Amino acid sequence: MQTALHIVVCAGIVPDPLQTLEPITTPAGPGLKNEMVLPAVLDPWAASALYEAAVLAAKAPGSKVWLVSLGPKAKLQQVMMTVAQKVAFELAPIDGPIGGFPDAHATAAVLAETIAKLPGLDRERLLLFGGWESATRGAGVTLQLVGERLGITDQFQGVDQVNLRDDGSFEVLERVEGGKHQVSVCAGAPAVLGWATGNLAEPRNNPQVGMANMRTIMPALQKAPAVKLEANGLSYISVALPKQQRTTRVVKDMSPDEIAAELAAWIGAE
Amino acid sequence: MSGETTNTSSPGADVVRQTMEVDIACVGFGPATGGFLTTLSRAWAENPADPAFESKVAPGMPLQVVCYERADDIAAGVSGVVTRAQGIRASFPELNPAEIPMAAEVTGERVLYLLDPVGASRRSFTLRAADRALRAVAPVAGVRDHAFELPWTPGFLNKHGGLVMSIGQFNQWVGSQLMASGLVQIWPGTPVSEPLFEPIAAGRAVRGVRLTDQGVDKKGNPEGGFMPGMDVRALLTVVGDGPVGSVSQSIDRELGTPRGYTHDEWALGMKFVIELPEDAVADSPLKPGTVWHTFGYPEPEIFGFLYVHPERLVSVGIFVPSWMTDPSRTAYRYLQHYIQHPALWRYLKDGTLRSWGAKSIDESGKVGEPFLTGDGYARIGENSGSTNMLTGSGVDEAWTTGTQLGEAAIELLRKGLPFTQKNLTETYVTKRRASWVERGAREAQNARNGFHNGIVKGMIGMALAGLTGGRLSLKAPRHVTGIKAARVEETLKRKEAAALAVEDGRPFHDALLSARGWPEIPFDGRLLVSHQDALLMGGKVQAMPGFAEHVVFPDAGLCIACDEKTCIAMCSGQAITLADDGAPTFEREKCVHCGACLWNCAPSPHGEHGNIEFHAGAGGLHSAEN
Repeated sequence: MQTALHIVVCAGIVPDPLQTLEPITTPAGPGLKNEMVLPAVLDPWAASALYEAAVLAAKAPGSKVWLVSLGPKAKLQQVMMTVAQKVAFELAPIDGPIGGFPDAHATAAVLAETIAKLPGLDRERLLLFGGWESATRGAGVTLQLVGERLGITDQFQGVDQVNLRDDGSFEVLERVEGGKHQVSVCAGAPAVLGWATGNLAEPRNNPQVGMANMRTIMPALQKAPAVKLEANGLSYISVALPKQQRTTRVVKDMSPDEIAAELAAWIGAE
Repeated sequence: MSGETTNTSSPGADVVRQTMEVDIACVGFGPATGGFLTTLSRAWAENPADPAFESKVAPGMPLQVVCYERADDIAAGVSGVVTRAQGIRASFPELNPAEIPMAAEVTGERVLYLLDPVGASRRSFTLRAADRALRAVAPVAGVRDHAFELPWTPGFLNKHGGLVMSIGQFNQWVGSQLMASGLVQIWPGTPVSEPLFEPIAAGRAVRGVRLTDQGVDKKGNPEGGFMPGMDVRALLTVVGDGPVGSVSQSIDRELGTPRGYTHDEWALGMKFVIELPEDAVADSPLKPGTVWHTFGYPEPEIFGFLYVHPERLVSVGIFVPSWMTDPSRTAYRYLQHYIQHPALWRYLKDGTLRSWGAKSIDESGKVGEPFLTGDGYARIGENSGSTNMLTGSGVDEAWTTGTQLGEAAIELLRKGLPFTQKNLTETYVTKRRASWVERGAREAQNARNGFHNGIVKGMIGMALAGLTGGRLSLKAPRHVTGIKAARVEETLKRKEAAALAVEDGRPFHDALLSARGWPEIPFDGRLLVSHQDALLMGGKVQAMPGFAEHVVFPDAGLCIACDEKTCIAMCSGQAITLADDGAPTFEREKCVHCGACLWNCAPSPHGEHGNIEFHAGAGGLHSAEN
């Protein structure tokens, strides 16, 4: 019999990476051009964490999944309409700035405070999930800082798999160099797990799941506390869009070697 | 409120489907549904204790209202638009355009007749003579940059006091407010496959919708992770699924259409969103709110537009109409030639392409109006024949039909009356018939018939109708079959172009236009890019796996024998390409759901319909700047 888990997933929202993202300096500090206009998605690594959390929770009856997300309320609402159809969770939203530029310590403090106040959360059973990277800046420290603030010392990063055991312990596969995994065994919760991509495909949109989530998501969004996080004097020293060079042509029956040689020459010419 | 049922109506009769009961189910989230839901949610917000808004299917709960949108985001609507915003402003009297990204008050309008600076345009003898005459008096007539500006903007085209907008951003703005109201749930990424019909004494009623199956292969066969689409049973189904919506198609097919119904006029609208460089704006006439209407180039039948948004963004595009008697109908390549016209290129040439999009527009107008109501359902928006083809306006009309249905639904809820055809007709249809939408539709009914006999007659007919409020028009017959026959007789080098497309992988439409003498596009990697690259700029065109292909060619033999292959030439996303055997092949990941293929297909197994089925599908274009 698996021990019921209390999994809290920290997941921010980011502009869809497939859009044109142009760094600019805004009155509030570094940002992206038209950031509030751009479609947003759940931070991809954190999204993996959410899907893994749902699967693990399903294996341990009585488990519960919370999603703690900090971002502008209006954008959170849009993203949640898609995410809510995929897996079951309870949302704990925080109405804050968009983008990944606020100081990681300040962000971690807000997240930790929110998690500590989650009604019904048993911190002895807490697994704190998130992404080990972020599509915003990739600083990769916020989750660890949240864990520290919550007093959780067992921390794992680059997690691709967690195998639960009946005694409450679990096995963790962390990415290490060379495409290999380091296998660790943790005695049990509480623990912090920063997920890499995991092994799960993105769940399908399930309207039933969405309808169930909606009952808590919209009221939660309406009551989302507002926080102000400063950029702490950060500024761009140098930033530029990756140079886009589009020279599309269609060539049939070209060998892989020829393609590789041409690509190498093309890259070398940059 | 929910349960399970066994499906017995479609292939795979043993499939067990989830069911859910709601009060109102909406199909498609666009301006029409936005108007409906805004009206409904406002009335509820004003008096949440009103028993009218208590759910009939979930007693003790508020009205259960859901809306399903097939695109991945409610901001994925494709259209840069200029609108008089009469109906929209009626809903938002305090509307501040600054609250809506990319919106601006209309500040100035021009109408330009574009001469052909290239020499490849298909112009009639009459038009060429007129062009020569115009060039001869160019200094006096004020012809500049191969463009003649009309001294005034005809009243019927005038959008003074209106708004320039991005429909994607407008939808997002409306959707956010609706969601925040707490009454309405809008679900993106959720295509609806078909309506649920139920026998009643008077025939058949619509009792909700079935969501599309997931976890299926290309042909719809279940595979790993199969999730049958849920049956959402509703007391009222609001159909606002646009010009090629699968629910609309099914209702027309199963329940019939009014006498005289003709649903055969359309256009493909395609546009670029271009960011102008900072230094180009200071001396430029392209201030936010600027609107240009153009005609005459790249082909005489093709109308064009340029709308200026705030922050140096410009929407520039063309409409390729159904009565353009040319099988190329190549919107992307034509659009590239259009923006290079000297009158536009002067201002656009240093710009950067931010995004691109396309949609088909139902231009049948009043004659394409289906039954607006039936037992359990009502039709609103573009597919209900609301678009005014004289004024070139559809968004405001669609929004208004939505508000009219919203008012009707509230009235019926308050009276405790069911959503029968009789009750919906006495409320919604009555309101619509008495409104400016109906008056406009009647004025526009014959306004464009002249185009079936050429561009000159078309323009005369349009001017007649426009200047007389529809009292006068050219009563030319609409003869779509004749157009298709003419297309077959065109002496274009289609087969050579097709051979070229197969041999070197070149896009079919490119090959067609090159064969027609249009110059090659000087790609610059910034504004002039290949069609394939455009799919990737400023957004994405992709689709989640697990859905069946939504464009189907039932009879491959007909496609192979088809001489025109217009579905391939006109495909907005190059999702339909030519296979080695001469049949079209479809890649749903590249489809932007414009529906041009459905409108275009001429061959028919029965002589009545095309050889293309266009179902509901997920994915498509995802760019918030459209």
